[in-house]
Amino acid sequence: MGVVGFHMPAYLDTLNAKFSGAFTTSAFRDNQRVILSAEKAYATIFPLLKCLKVECGFDMLGDIAGIDYLNYPGATDRYGIVYGLTNMTTGERLFVKAFANDPDPELPSVYDLWKSADWMEREVFDMFGVKFVGHPDLRRILMPHEFTAFPLRKDYPLRGYGERHNFETVTRADS
Amino acid sequence: MALTGLLPDFLVTKMDALASMLRKHSLWPMPFATACCGIELMATASSRYDIARFGSEAMRFSPRQCDLMIVAGRVAMKMVPVMQRIWLQMPEPKWCISMGACASSGGVFDTYAVVQGIDRFIPVDVYVPGCPPRPEQLIRAVLDIQEKVQRTGTIDAREFAARDTYEGPTSLANELGPDQMIVAPGDYNTATRFRKPLN
Repeated sequence: MGVVGFHMPAYLDTLNAKFSGAFTTSAFRDNQRVILSAEKAYATIFPLLKCLKVECGFDMLGDIAGIDYLNYPGATDRYGIVYGLTNMTTGERLFVKAFANDPDPELPSVYDLWKSADWMEREVFDMFGVKFVGHPDLRRILMPHEFTAFPLRKDYPLRGYGERHNFETVTRADS
Repeated sequence: MALTGLLPDFLVTKMDALASMLRKHSLWPMPFATACCGIELMATASSRYDIARFGSEAMRFSPRQCDLMIVAGRVAMKMVPVMQRIWLQMPEPKWCISMGACASSGGVFDTYAVVQGIDRFIPVDVYVPGCPPRPEQLIRAVLDIQEKVQRTGTIDAREFAARDTYEGPTSLANELGPDQMIVAPGDYNTATRFRKPLN
């Protein structure tokens, strides 16, 4: 607390004590991030988020976002899944970014920690094809069920593969 | 009876004209408003522009009661089966106005989820350009529908029986070559609009 403009949040000490070496951190202004690379993420993300919820008071999961870092300069892993956490008591916010890679991007579901993860994980699955292991009902939420691609992946063409015109045509004779 | 022998079909033709004249002044629009064109559609129905002057003010939200479908706004691919079902539920004789650039051609939404023109999936009688069109343009479209009804209408709607073929544009499947597939981002440094696919 002594240095103006920066202090180490207490929850980072807790995380360092339990998960030392499994994550890196960065900060932009008051935006604190915890980053887990793809090789560590699958094993670490659930216990780390559980520790944040149970021991550090981050009782609200506000958002889960997906990012595709394909061809991104300097990126080493492909899919970044960002968990936006809030401590409802202190107002602290924390962003945890876990990476996953092809061919089977997978992360454990955090539905057991926060029920709000239900639809948000389904949305990330729908758009990026990241599978959340342990999710109770992992199916598409926005795209039609017969859709097979994952449209927010960067190697998916903007105009799609023709799914948008794969419908029957109604003529006057049909009516 | 004797008259029919002398002048074949004379009476029937006049009945067609009479039916069309009555029909065209009491079009009942079904507002299929999915986007901002729907706001213009409401403005057209309001007192300032007043589509009631042309006999089309009775908008009903049940397709069973309508004979003019106004598709106002972009149609996403999940909306196409809904639109088709609503169209099929409308009783004949019925007509369709494709209102605005999005309904007619997809407009600026040239993406994987947005249909590039509803005329690929249902018959369309009149297109209205604009983004969104002015209320005057929509009134013009209603007048065009009225003219079409007067010109082609028949009392038993038999002109529709002839329209048993697909009337929309040719398939989009061969319109886009692989070099036209926009795959983003191909290159963060030059950021061109058209890119080659990333294998």
